[in-house]
Amino acid sequence: MRTPVFFVICLIVGAAVYGAAVALGNDYYFFAGYVVLQYIVLATAWNILGGYCGYVNFGSAAFFALGAYSTVAMHRIYPVPIPILVAIGGVVSGAVGFAMGYLTLRLRGAFFAIATLALAVVLQTLIVNWDFVGGSRGAYIVRPESIPPFGSYIKYLFFIMILLAVGAITIARLIERSRLGYGFATIRDDELAAEATGVPTLRLKLIATTISGGLMGMAGAPFPYYIGFLQPSSAFGLDYAVNSIAMPLIGGTTSWVGPLIGAILLGSLQQIATVTISSAVNLLIVGFLLVGFVIAAPNGIIGLVKFERRPPRRTNGKQVSADALGPAP
Amino acid sequence: MIFSFDLLINAVISGILIGAFYAAVTSGITLSFGILDIVNIAHPAFIILGSYVAYIVNATFGLDPIITAILATPAFYALGSAIYQIYFVSFERRGQESMRGLAFFFGLLFITEVTLVLYFGVDYRYVEAPYIGPTLHFASLDIPMRILVPSLVSLLLIAVLQLFLTRTFVGRAIMAVAQDQLALRLLAVDPIRIKRIAFGISIATASLAGAFLIIIQPVEPSVGREYIGRVFAICVLGGMGSLPGTVIAAMLVGIVESLTATFYGPSWAPAVSFGFLLLTLAVRPAGLLGR
Amino acid sequence: MTITGTEAAGAPLLAVDSLSKRFGGFVALQGISIAVNRGERIGLIGPNGSGKSTLVNCICGTLRNEAGSVSFDGQALDGTNAHQRTRRGLSRTFQLPRPFASLSLLDNLRIPLLYAVAARGPGRSGSAIEERCVELLREVGLDSKAKRLPRELTQVEMRKLELARAMAAEPKLLIADESMAGLTHSEVEEILNLLMRLNAQGVTVILIEHIMRAVMSFSQRLVVLVSGHKIADGQPNAVMRDPEVERAYLGQ
Repeated sequence: MRTPVFFVICLIVGAAVYGAAVALGNDYYFFAGYVVLQYIVLATAWNILGGYCGYVNFGSAAFFALGAYSTVAMHRIYPVPIPILVAIGGVVSGAVGFAMGYLTLRLRGAFFAIATLALAVVLQTLIVNWDFVGGSRGAYIVRPESIPPFGSYIKYLFFIMILLAVGAITIARLIERSRLGYGFATIRDDELAAEATGVPTLRLKLIATTISGGLMGMAGAPFPYYIGFLQPSSAFGLDYAVNSIAMPLIGGTTSWVGPLIGAILLGSLQQIATVTISSAVNLLIVGFLLVGFVIAAPNGIIGLVKFERRPPRRTNGKQVSADALGPAP
Repeated sequence: MIFSFDLLINAVISGILIGAFYAAVTSGITLSFGILDIVNIAHPAFIILGSYVAYIVNATFGLDPIITAILATPAFYALGSAIYQIYFVSFERRGQESMRGLAFFFGLLFITEVTLVLYFGVDYRYVEAPYIGPTLHFASLDIPMRILVPSLVSLLLIAVLQLFLTRTFVGRAIMAVAQDQLALRLLAVDPIRIKRIAFGISIATASLAGAFLIIIQPVEPSVGREYIGRVFAICVLGGMGSLPGTVIAAMLVGIVESLTATFYGPSWAPAVSFGFLLLTLAVRPAGLLGR
Repeated sequence: MTITGTEAAGAPLLAVDSLSKRFGGFVALQGISIAVNRGERIGLIGPNGSGKSTLVNCICGTLRNEAGSVSFDGQALDGTNAHQRTRRGLSRTFQLPRPFASLSLLDNLRIPLLYAVAARGPGRSGSAIEERCVELLREVGLDSKAKRLPRELTQVEMRKLELARAMAAEPKLLIADESMAGLTHSEVEEILNLLMRLNAQGVTVILIEHIMRAVMSFSQRLVVLVSGHKIADGQPNAVMRDPEVERAYLGQ
């Protein structure tokens, strides 16, 4: 299936989701759905660097928060429509992703992972001490009551997030099937051999961190409008770091489908659970699922499903993911 | 920013003492990451666990936290051995230690912290002991006992560990296992068993480090997180598998953090060690003492 | 005693000049100088630990040498990355095969075509690349397993895959690092014929091997490395009769 066709199909599905939410009548579904869609973007973004290239990013929250705080800063300087804020968030986070990659990607994957942790704390400390965006006291963003033609503002935010989710999945799938995707796979499998075979590993890794960081920033840009009052502790929250790792690992890291499944499943579960049980127990369950899956089902849900039937044989050889999914039966 | 010589001296001394404590905290990472090459980012969570163990025993029986920690070391050692076994079977053996191993430890970090929150809540907990409270005064120096005592015991711990690693057979096998597993096998020593022992010791140090922590400051479950970057920064800066290097690096970080907190305010302190880490990784991945 | 090699017309394809490499206090290579001419078949031998693989790593850019220089096809290589050197036409196999485990054999060969070859000029189309991969697999006898994963291969097949992948980069110079270790007599012949065919097509080959029979029959020139030093460089039969070589290498 060619990419433009896929994109259109996703848009149609997105429209259907929007329609279903409207039909349900309650704005709550838009609020809950927004979070799930946000996680689709975050999980897909994480997987581009983590699943495809094998480089673990523990600082997803930092890139997400950068997007959110770019919005806050812009709001103070000159209010602009959300799509522009999304673009700005993407550029800021992408640039930081690039810079951090440049500093650390020449080292082993483990050092990169630790550096992402460090980055998250440094960034949070900087934001907490920056009064222009509210510092530790937080920042208010007044959400307009309504906006035509959507009606309530949350419907507009939901719509934006659907577009971002569709965009993220399309980008991920496009990468998978392209030369870039093959290159990423070699970095994951054996970086030394990749270099020896002509793959410019540093350049590709920088591309991955930039795209990954940029998408996370885009996911974060509308967040201040969603939440109304932004504090560093919520923007840099641990649940973003855990979920953006757990969702792809549980869903399956070798293709765009994995993060999607992981985000929908885990995201929905958490939305339901927050209503019924405490958020701490919620996160505990995610932690256990993460550890359990990583030990027992390394290829995630996709891997479990594939075991029950032979993986499809692709004759044109263009699908990296089919060959890369789990052991041959 | 008020500069005074007294303030400076106190900040430096305080930094050195805290640095000694940081060295004890990092010693576990020096073992697991520096020597065994296992990225156990959950280590700070085990330290916090140690703090809470010391807290419960202290609150219930009034037992000194350091004594408690020493008594708890076998349990922590067993925990470490068990975790290594799972890690080895699930990841090291399959050759998937990089991504999934990291995710595994991240999951452990998470589970430990959230479990502590569920059980103890987010209130700060502290311990009581005769040396918490008094402060020594030398001329213009003020040294709180609650920092001095853990610092001195930290240095003792490092000294014991260093002796163990360099003078005993098992200790030297641990140093060797990173470099030459084949040689170990030829000596009829099982490298996996050696690694399991090493990792067990690594987690055992967390018990003691946790006691030191809760003596120095009140503890709540998320306190561990600010130590993640700190311990890896110190370990890398100290040259990875070197305990003496760890001590020097830890004191360096301690001093810089202390000066930053004194003259720029405590809210900047967490960024110091992390900034150190980023700089070290970017400029000299082999650390100060090199490898 | 060093015997200098015969010089073909024109500048050498690969010129290694006084190359040294140390690991901490250990000197792995000391002042190595070798000139390889276009179209030559060089054999590189030496006891285990003499520095052969280190030399390959330095030439190919996987390791950085402290002293000396390497130039290839008239251009200095110092400071360039491994992937840049591969793009310029330098290709190598690894002593222990390093296939891309999650990619099929076909896709393994696709990588050098997509990255090394494509960087040199207008690329082939997707289907042309696929055809070329199949062709290469056929040359090494692995075309029936094109869609399989490397873990399903035998040791021999992995070495063939390793060679095929190096060949896929369309190199001017191929360094084959112990591609024949552990193979049977007929398998060694297979690989030798493959390398000869490659050489006949114009690819310069450096063969690193312990199987003396293969090295002697293949090489036009023999270079001997012992403890990081080059102790001989010349006509194979003459080198083997060199007393220093006998003492240092064969006498063990």
